[in-house]
Amino acid sequence: MSKIDSTDPAPALFEARHKVFPKAVDGTYRRLKWAVMIVALGIYYATPWIRWDRGTYAPDQAVLVDIAHRRFYMFSIEIWPHEFYYVAGLLIMAGIGLFLVTSAVGRAWCGYACHQTVWTDLFVHVERFIDGDRNAQIKLQRAPWGPGKLARRVLKHAIWLTISILTGGAWIFYFADAPGLLRDLLHGSAPVVAYATIGVLTATTYIFGGLLREQVCIYMCPWPRIQTAMTDEKSLIVTYKHWRGEPRTHGLKKASEEAAPGSEAKFGDCIDCLQCVQVCPTDIDIRQGPQIGCITCALCIDACDRVMGQIGRPRGLIDYATEIDCELEMRGEQPVPVIKRLLRPRTLIYFGLWCAIGLAMLFALGTRTRVDIAANADRNPVFVRLSDGSIRNAYLVKLRNMQSRPRTMTITLEGLPGGAMWQESETRAQAARSLRLDVPADQVLKERIYVVAPAQGPAREDFVFAVQAGDSAKEKAQDDESFVRPEVGQ
Amino acid sequence: MADKKRIDEVTGVSTAGHEWDGIEELDNPMPRWWLWAFYASIAWGVVYVVLFPAWPLVHGATQGVLGWSSHGQFEKELAADQLKKAPIRAAIDRTPIEQIPDNPALFEAAVEGGRSAFKVHCVQCHGSGAAGGKGYPNLNDDDWLWGGNIAEIHYTIAHGVRNPDHDKTRLSQMPAFGRDGILQPEEVSDVVSYVRLISKQEQASPSAQRGAKIFADNCAVCHGTRGEGNRQFGAPKLSDAIWLYGGDRDALTASVTNARYGVMPAWGARLDPVTIKMLATYVHALGGGEALPDKATARPAAAGKATQDVKD
Repeated sequence: MSKIDSTDPAPALFEARHKVFPKAVDGTYRRLKWAVMIVALGIYYATPWIRWDRGTYAPDQAVLVDIAHRRFYMFSIEIWPHEFYYVAGLLIMAGIGLFLVTSAVGRAWCGYACHQTVWTDLFVHVERFIDGDRNAQIKLQRAPWGPGKLARRVLKHAIWLTISILTGGAWIFYFADAPGLLRDLLHGSAPVVAYATIGVLTATTYIFGGLLREQVCIYMCPWPRIQTAMTDEKSLIVTYKHWRGEPRTHGLKKASEEAAPGSEAKFGDCIDCLQCVQVCPTDIDIRQGPQIGCITCALCIDACDRVMGQIGRPRGLIDYATEIDCELEMRGEQPVPVIKRLLRPRTLIYFGLWCAIGLAMLFALGTRTRVDIAANADRNPVFVRLSDGSIRNAYLVKLRNMQSRPRTMTITLEGLPGGAMWQESETRAQAARSLRLDVPADQVLKERIYVVAPAQGPAREDFVFAVQAGDSAKEKAQDDESFVRPEVGQ
Repeated sequence: MADKKRIDEVTGVSTAGHEWDGIEELDNPMPRWWLWAFYASIAWGVVYVVLFPAWPLVHGATQGVLGWSSHGQFEKELAADQLKKAPIRAAIDRTPIEQIPDNPALFEAAVEGGRSAFKVHCVQCHGSGAAGGKGYPNLNDDDWLWGGNIAEIHYTIAHGVRNPDHDKTRLSQMPAFGRDGILQPEEVSDVVSYVRLISKQEQASPSAQRGAKIFADNCAVCHGTRGEGNRQFGAPKLSDAIWLYGGDRDALTASVTNARYGVMPAWGARLDPVTIKMLATYVHALGGGEALPDKATARPAAAGKATQDVKD
């Protein structure tokens, strides 16, 4: 191997990770992050425990993904597998929502709401609680191993692991009755898949939140790439206003000298205190401009604002701003107010699309019926000639009762003159134009039904199986079917 | 090309020594994890070869020390399946055929078991949908030669039809009226006209009028005075729309002239009693099954006896 010349500017192909010790900071955006974290974690942990009375025949958990019975419950909404397009619609809304947010306020998802960010933030706080703030952490990192360091490390990882187990543990409650599952978990009698899921999610939470952290955002996650492609010059991003900050002075003392009356103001507002770098959870220097490592958590804004306050300069040296406004400001012109920047065709179109899909889904939810019929004609044989010459076809009829109470339903033949039908358990003597069937709550009733009609008629005659739930005129459905006769001459 | 090997300046790694249009390949070492996975799979392969059948030889192959074979596994799974089905089969064995439809669990198992047995033993003649064909009855319809209640169907399956080796078989024989010279060709033609009249395929005619008399003298004893058939002899109903060999003039003329002699094996001699019951239940449930003459006084004794006979 040859020695690489140290003056060679060729970039390294691999960058070893150096641990980040973000410094604690307080300010507007830090408080916003606290609020988002509390709300997000609150929703995540509490949702499975909300009860929702659905009567005798359905679970009383407000949000439940019942994979075993193929039902999805969300408060008053119950979704069957064939209605999965509602979930697809939600995913599309989430996608367009991300477009909307990103085009308006950049990577706000990354900075505030992403689970990677939320849990990493939580883990960082635990670390601070045990080890102290940035400087203490660095000191401890460099310190040789001893009882004190060992104790702190064990405690920190124990708390991380506890959080991880609780995170994985909360996930499984969305898929089964939460109180019952918790009881089984503690008794060791829960399904293996429950323990396996907790194990996997514990591992991912611990590794991603505790060990990998910003590397997930920088190297593993595709969103940063997609989101940076979706921002434009009118999106709000976290920006260092270099025309205001440069050239930098160094240190507070020099800054106050510069600001003193009588001195020539040849320096910018940045005093190179590195607070913006030290608070950054991904260890970037925002003063180098927008970059892939910036998750727009805005903690550097909080840090810089505090320093600007201390040295008596206006806040916002680092601030949320659009590229186009930065240029205006640089030229000394007045930037456009944020609210006006947000209301532009691109964001309005996204918002319109988002609302349209939401409204369409709400409309579909409001008008959907909770009864359905699907018939499957026997294919072997397609028809049977009976001794009186009439023709019989058989159908496997499926009746869906999608309400959580038993219902009586009436199936009626529409079309097919002279036709009559009977259930498999009856005989032809009971044949009629309509049948009443009791369908159990929240279930599909499968019933083989014979339909008989005179031999005279088209080889394939269309008719309709119509179903009507006994208790509501609106609850009806139909299935188009055909009745098959032998071809003439057969 | 080894002479072209050189140390790449940027990475400090040797090149592989070949170059295409200026593009060279770095001779990086294998990733460690990949190498270990490779060694592990070699070790796995060695263990596998020892444990399981692996090397093909001239006759057969190495057996492996575990003694595993796919055929052996199949046998084991089959045995496990039979063990699982044993209780329900025993229950079906205990239950008289007439009472099987009254017990939903037994009925469901019997229909499913009958469905698979039918696919093996019956589809060759009756078709995969049991719709039959010329000479082979459609089992879906409501017309039965020898009776359509579950006990009669069970008896027919167990003892067969016109089975020469079985003395309880369904047996009857129609004379070959034309071939044996009992009726002259014109008389056969007349009786065919009459049969087509009572089955509403032809209008009244002098020929049919003559045929009525011939029918009354020769046919009515089995087929009934109005062609209503007689299940005791397996004599088909002639006034309905269902024809085993066809209802057109040619087919009817052939039937009267040469007679027909449809046969079916006595399945009781080939299959176990439980499978026979399952087949009967399945066929009865195809849509044309009839109720027992008087359900309250069903004849479990008779059916039990039939099963007993089959076992002998």
